[in-house]
Amino acid sequence: MSENKIEIRNLHKAFGRKVVLDGVDLDIVKGESLVVIGGSGTGKSVLIKCIQGLLRPEEGSIKIDDEEVVGINEEQKEKLHSKMGMLFQGGALFDSLSVWENVAFDMIENKKVNKKTAKNEAVRVLRSVGLAPDVADLSPSELSGGMQKRVGLARAIASRPEIIFFDEPTTGLDPIMADVINDLIIESVKGLGATALTITHDMASARKIADKIAMLYKGKIIWQGTVKEMDKTDNPYVRQFINGSSQGPIKVEI
Amino acid sequence: MFISSIENFLRRQGKPLVAFISRLGEFSIFVAQSVYNCLTPPFYGRNLLRQIVDMGFYSLPVVGLTTIFAGMVIALQSYSGFMRFGAEGAVASVVLISVTRELAPVLSALMVAGRIGAAMAAEIGTMRVTEQIDALTTLSTNPFKYLVTPRIWAGLIVMPILVLIGDVIGIFGGYVVGVYKLGFNPANYVNSTLQNLQAIDITTGLVKAAVFGFIISLLGCYNGYKSKGGAQGVGTATTNAVVSASILILIFNYVITELFFSK
Repeated sequence: MSENKIEIRNLHKAFGRKVVLDGVDLDIVKGESLVVIGGSGTGKSVLIKCIQGLLRPEEGSIKIDDEEVVGINEEQKEKLHSKMGMLFQGGALFDSLSVWENVAFDMIENKKVNKKTAKNEAVRVLRSVGLAPDVADLSPSELSGGMQKRVGLARAIASRPEIIFFDEPTTGLDPIMADVINDLIIESVKGLGATALTITHDMASARKIADKIAMLYKGKIIWQGTVKEMDKTDNPYVRQFINGSSQGPIKVEI
Repeated sequence: MFISSIENFLRRQGKPLVAFISRLGEFSIFVAQSVYNCLTPPFYGRNLLRQIVDMGFYSLPVVGLTTIFAGMVIALQSYSGFMRFGAEGAVASVVLISVTRELAPVLSALMVAGRIGAAMAAEIGTMRVTEQIDALTTLSTNPFKYLVTPRIWAGLIVMPILVLIGDVIGIFGGYVVGVYKLGFNPANYVNSTLQNLQAIDITTGLVKAAVFGFIISLLGCYNGYKSKGGAQGVGTATTNAVVSASILILIFNYVITELFFSK
């Protein structure tokens, strides 16, 4: 068994004529936190969706725990998803359910835990992301953006997944709240011993939560390394991106 | 030169045709998936109950109002029409037949399509664009079983019940106009209604209702499920759900009538 939790080889995905992923190769080591950076519309979200099986790539292979996941059937997919948690960019909380029912969703619907136990567990998880128990009975729409992110995080970690995906976890938050979320992400990932894949273009967040960083550009991983290596690299694409400059090899397509 | 202009012509015709066929294919797959998931576990009882209450209980006022006025207007119209042939006595049976066979199922279905089909498309569409459907998948829950299946079962169960209630209310509407406005003897009116009551009138109405319920839920879910592009996409999905369901209801109304009554 290799030490890689996720192994991606030569991944291709296109929508009609628009090629989004053009041969992505990426390894994520077990227990490691990898951050994929890249501009808007470079296919970061598509990459995550391919790994989760929400989108089917045209070509290439994705192995999780040495098992191929491209082209598996629905039943196998459900089993795969029980290993995964995901924090969505907009939270994607179910607005027809209360906060605690969101967090306890997997327990109630899949594990058939009784309501009282599920609620107690949900409150415990909510507390671990810094939310008071009285939030549990509110509806998601009554919460602020930062609180919704916390609830989303609580839902993602409630089933104790082995792999957690974070889709732009700090987008739309003020810098202080963003840092709080970063801390929570580090805490919960380390606490679970999970493997984490984050996509973001917030460099402060990337520096903080990453063990390793990979840069996606034009559908390929063009650079990867640690945060320290990133600061020393002379790769002009990476340099331009981390400095946030409009001048350089990356041209913004208008 | 000539060939390339033919090619261009074909290309222009081909694009919408391909789009239409791929949409038809997408819809067929959706229907097959819906039917398959309706028949295989797990079932989400709580969701089904919620849909039944939403679709059934809260539609009662609308269905009641539409069918009572439909029954009333049929009594009035048939009376003034039949008077020319001296056949006023047929009013009760005309009300009975038109309400049970046509008006209660079709009008109720159109009202429910506007009320519930639109709500389904809007709710599921919003869940789609806010990634809640993806979230369901990542929580090891099949969104089809969680969202679509309960709604389709609710449609199949609730619509016949609504129509049955609508039958009673519609006939009562005819009775009210017949007795209080047209001066029929109440006992005679009730008698002639009961004498003309035939099982086939009620059952065809109920079969229609079940089919319409399926259509409403299916198109509400389909349009919501496939919606994309934010608020505007959800708006389009809602409109499409209501319009396409209404058209299909009217088409299937004819088809079912033809199946049952053409000799």
